[in-house]
Amino acid sequence: MRTLPSHRSLIRRRRAEERAVKAALLFFALVSVLTTLGIIYVLFQETVLFFREVSFAQFFLDTRWTPLFVSQRFGIWPLVNGTVLVAAGAMVVALPLGLLAAIYMSEYASERVRRVLKPFLEILAGIPTVVYGYFALTFITPILRSIFPQTQVFNAASAAIAMGFMILPMVASLSEDALYAVPNSVREAAYALGATRWEVATQVVVPAALSGIAAAFILAVSRAIGETMIVAIAAGQQPKLTLNPLESIETMTAYIVQVSLGDTPHQSLAYKTIFAVGMMLFVMTLGMNVASYLLTRRFREVYE
Amino acid sequence: MTTDDGRRTTNHGRRTTDDRPQTTNYGRQAVRAGWGVAPTFEPNLPRRKVMGMVWEGVALLAILLGIAMLLTLLVKVFLDGLPYLRPQLFTEFPSRFPDKAGLRSALQGSIWLMVLTALLSFPLGVGAGIYLEEFAPKNALTRFIEINVANLAGVPSIIYGLLGLGLFVRGLGLGRSLLAGVLTMMLVILPVIIVSTREALRAVPASIREAALALGASRWEMVRDHVLVYSMGGILTGMILALSRAIGETAPLITIGALTYIAFDLRGPLDIFTVLPIQIFNWVSMPQEAFHRLAAAGIIVLLALLLTMNALAIWLRNRLQRRW
Repeated sequence: MRTLPSHRSLIRRRRAEERAVKAALLFFALVSVLTTLGIIYVLFQETVLFFREVSFAQFFLDTRWTPLFVSQRFGIWPLVNGTVLVAAGAMVVALPLGLLAAIYMSEYASERVRRVLKPFLEILAGIPTVVYGYFALTFITPILRSIFPQTQVFNAASAAIAMGFMILPMVASLSEDALYAVPNSVREAAYALGATRWEVATQVVVPAALSGIAAAFILAVSRAIGETMIVAIAAGQQPKLTLNPLESIETMTAYIVQVSLGDTPHQSLAYKTIFAVGMMLFVMTLGMNVASYLLTRRFREVYE
Repeated sequence: MTTDDGRRTTNHGRRTTDDRPQTTNYGRQAVRAGWGVAPTFEPNLPRRKVMGMVWEGVALLAILLGIAMLLTLLVKVFLDGLPYLRPQLFTEFPSRFPDKAGLRSALQGSIWLMVLTALLSFPLGVGAGIYLEEFAPKNALTRFIEINVANLAGVPSIIYGLLGLGLFVRGLGLGRSLLAGVLTMMLVILPVIIVSTREALRAVPASIREAALALGASRWEMVRDHVLVYSMGGILTGMILALSRAIGETAPLITIGALTYIAFDLRGPLDIFTVLPIQIFNWVSMPQEAFHRLAAAGIIVLLALLLTMNALAIWLRNRLQRRW
């Protein structure tokens, strides 16, 4: 009779395999941590080199950003101004429309209507940003120019409108999740007190889902600040301090693209500026993502 | 096409739960926000109902406005691009003359990029998803990894480009090669794959796991022979959606220095390269109207590619995904 391998050695082999697999999988999961560390390391390293040549005062107190010119100035605010201007414009479009869309989807639409409308919003979210950039430049800008003749070819408003529609589905979908999580008993209680459907939606359900909606809004702002291609195509390359959306501006992301497209030698000061700008961008978006995360964790209502 | 911001962890029909139970008090939260606090009562019921109906119309209008925008965009792109949608578009390299310019090198770059990114990111992303969902003990390290993945999903893609520039292009000395682009793109879509893998695994009921374990399977055997088999449809769907994001992503590749003017065939992963969206961006940036139309033709190709991938994802989901 053939002898089988001993029970004990089988178990030992299986345990070894189990441990090896688990270690490998843990390593895969840790790649994401390594990515974060990599981002921080690369940005930090180049930013430190940047600040060896440019003082904090020049970066944070100057009002002009001209590192690619002969007379170099390194004031970050014009880029921040451009970024915030476009993001604010995008929010004017995306937040009200997104929230209204979410209320309709969650509180009014029948299952059949939802099934028809939802795919459209998903397609809207899946269109590459370079396509929105094309649309902004060749469609929205001419319309703006026919209404406001003083509009420049590249302007903040056009990019902001396109970006608003790009972000709308994200606001709608995250807000809808928040509204949907409010249990029906809450709605029914309000109906029993004689509230109409719209009153239930806006005075009961929306306040109950407020933390989730606020988290969605913050994520949307963070997304708008980091968005690149639309502004690189449609918003221009003129960093300046202005609140006029019809003027050409430059955002932080568009500046990084502008430098990347040119032949900037490695080690040059201009090359290091993109990492300093990237660091600023990373810190801003990270702050908002963390705020959004804490908001959902801290204030999320839990219903039995 | 699906939104892929990786943040979307709650599903309809599934109640959200939290490991820290809290008291139910939505009223206090509303008061804190100063919203809905003792609204003045409007006794005129018909008027309230009319107001409600008006606002319902406004809400529906918000969605229809989004859809109208989408349709306008599609029609505009098609009308602009159709004249240039001809065989040369696929067989010619880029050129200074719009009539001779084509997408040949960009198409090669996009397809190579997609295939290589898929090969690298599949084991990594799915492996990480399996670890977090099936193996990870509930401890500080696991929580840290989870927060980290959620946060990475929210990092702007251009930041990944800076990472790729510092790490792969300069650090590893890969230059502006396809390989540097693939590694960068892999990091961009990893969080998306991890999140969708976890959702697919979570959809497999516990009874399957318990049955396997009861028959003496080890944890890995249980995952490999049962859970993975049943969740493969969902995992592949998530994978395709992640890749369809990768194929439209432009900013990180521009940042690592992918070029726009490539007039030779791509031979290997160490060659310099370009991709569809970068070529489109380049044409949009030209002042001549003809190049804008060429860009529109390129957009049609890109959208067709995306549509095919999404159709594939939906087909896979319907075919392989199982309802419990």
